[in-house]
Amino acid sequence: MEIISEEEKMSPAELRDFLAEKALLIRRDIIKMITVAGSGHPGGSLSAADIITALYFKVLRHNPQAPKWPLRDRFVLSKGHAAPVLYAALAEAGYFERRELWSLRSLGSRFQGHPDMLKLPGIEISTGSLGQGLAIANGMALAAKIDNLDSTVYTLIGDGESQEGEIWEAALFAAHHRLDNLVAITDFNNLQIDGRVSDIKNVCPIDSKWSAFGWHVICVDGHNLLDIVSALESARAVSGKPVMLEATTIKGKGVSFMEDMVGWHGKAPTKEEMKSALKELGVDEWE
Amino acid sequence: MIWDCDKATRNGYRDALLELGREQGNVVVLDCDLSKSTGSHLFGQEYPGRFFNCGIAEQSMMGTAAGLAASGKVCYTGSFAVFATGRAYEQIRNTIAYCNLNVNICPTHAGITVGPDGGSHQSIADISLMRALPNMKVVVPADYIEAKAAVKAAYSIDGPVYIRLGRPLVPKIYSEDYEFQLGKARILREGGDVVIIAVGVMVAEALKAAEILARDSINAQVINPITIKPLDDEVILVAAAKTGLVITAEEHSIIGGLGSAVSELLSERLPTKVVRIGVRDKFGTSGSPAELMKYYGLTAADIVMKIKDLL
Repeated sequence: MEIISEEEKMSPAELRDFLAEKALLIRRDIIKMITVAGSGHPGGSLSAADIITALYFKVLRHNPQAPKWPLRDRFVLSKGHAAPVLYAALAEAGYFERRELWSLRSLGSRFQGHPDMLKLPGIEISTGSLGQGLAIANGMALAAKIDNLDSTVYTLIGDGESQEGEIWEAALFAAHHRLDNLVAITDFNNLQIDGRVSDIKNVCPIDSKWSAFGWHVICVDGHNLLDIVSALESARAVSGKPVMLEATTIKGKGVSFMEDMVGWHGKAPTKEEMKSALKELGVDEWE
Repeated sequence: MIWDCDKATRNGYRDALLELGREQGNVVVLDCDLSKSTGSHLFGQEYPGRFFNCGIAEQSMMGTAAGLAASGKVCYTGSFAVFATGRAYEQIRNTIAYCNLNVNICPTHAGITVGPDGGSHQSIADISLMRALPNMKVVVPADYIEAKAAVKAAYSIDGPVYIRLGRPLVPKIYSEDYEFQLGKARILREGGDVVIIAVGVMVAEALKAAEILARDSINAQVINPITIKPLDDEVILVAAAKTGLVITAEEHSIIGGLGSAVSELLSERLPTKVVRIGVRDKFGTSGSPAELMKYYGLTAADIVMKIKDLL
């Protein structure tokens, strides 16, 4: 199966513009989805928007027309509450109709509050309970190794989520089994529900912790699309070790009144707030 | 009947895995540093590329099993029942059961017959925990043959299966031609005065009790439901209608296990007196398995006494 990839032929500047446009569309859809639903998690969805964009529109080998294609790369959204960013990216990639997004969190919707693999194509595994995605990604990476498949498993974890013990059980496992087809990304926005991660229970330094656990660590600006792409591409070239991408981000990125504000972890915008957010994201109205 | 104890139900797991390894290329086995107790180390020796020791880390083992299953493998996870179901409950719930993945959770050392290790290691609520999960099937084998058959059959059952296995040697109940069927109870002895519904090590105790009762002309029917979920409703309803008195027997808390499952069924469909024999809302304690069976009132003599009191 051949994957269509116009972006392969792009110059760096063209690629940057192409990805920036995707990230903008995704951010708008996050805001709209959560406003319509009346609940959801905008802060952590916006902080991950550029990482998810780089993955789904440049790095990940996948086929929206064949979501179960055996040779595909896998993505596990360990921080499952950021479901809106994943739904928006999957819609933009063509897994389903974009208009379906507006059913988020409603009865009968495929767009559950947290991702459900049994309901929605493109979701590799259901998540939402924090701390579980890395161990799951380990299993997927192991399966690819057993089957000699050249597929890479990516997972996105939160910095607050890294307070869960299971993350560190899984970190030991991945290094022990030399899962070099596994790339984990920390969405390092330094906010969790109750406040700053550094105040609640500090997880820093992230880089030297993961290094000490036997991982290859790459630090990157989590909002610089080209840097994220090149970091993910260099991660694939690492041999013998799993890779941790420490992506420094801003919670709520792209909407000024949400940026770095703890209160926007799990709160829906009002209609008025949606309008001003969309204006900042380059559109005047719901289009 | 001969009550020689030759093999443990956990040995059925060990031997079934070796056969599955040979027959099914997509079987992967995980363990948590207990592979010599569960017997999965032999699978690891035969099929090193499909065996992974996760170290002492039950939560991430369940997650890794889920990831393997999501990629087309059929996973078997080993540990002790108290850790597999308790320590990793939320991983089983939110990842394995919620996603209906082909992970067969087959912990050993269930119940109080773990013995001297004591209450910290004696799982008395595992059936209860697993039974309450949607998509989960719960199987409690009575002997080696049934255990081996159940572990092998779980390969072809869609979604997760919990198979509760024990440490002690137990008597042989079934013949070699035994065929496991999910949700299909076995009537092991006919009788019209009372029905004893038993699982696991309690099946042998129930059969012994029925023999003793027969000497006093009390005819006890003995049923082994084998799978607590799904439960063989029809066989139990017919037995309850016939005898009017139901005794459940399990090496588990009377809360949430077989006794609860049977009571739930009968109270809705055919109200019948049910008396539950099991651990009566207590933790375990150190002692030999035989001593503990007596201490918690789980022997054939206890079943006999209870039935005589009731009739």
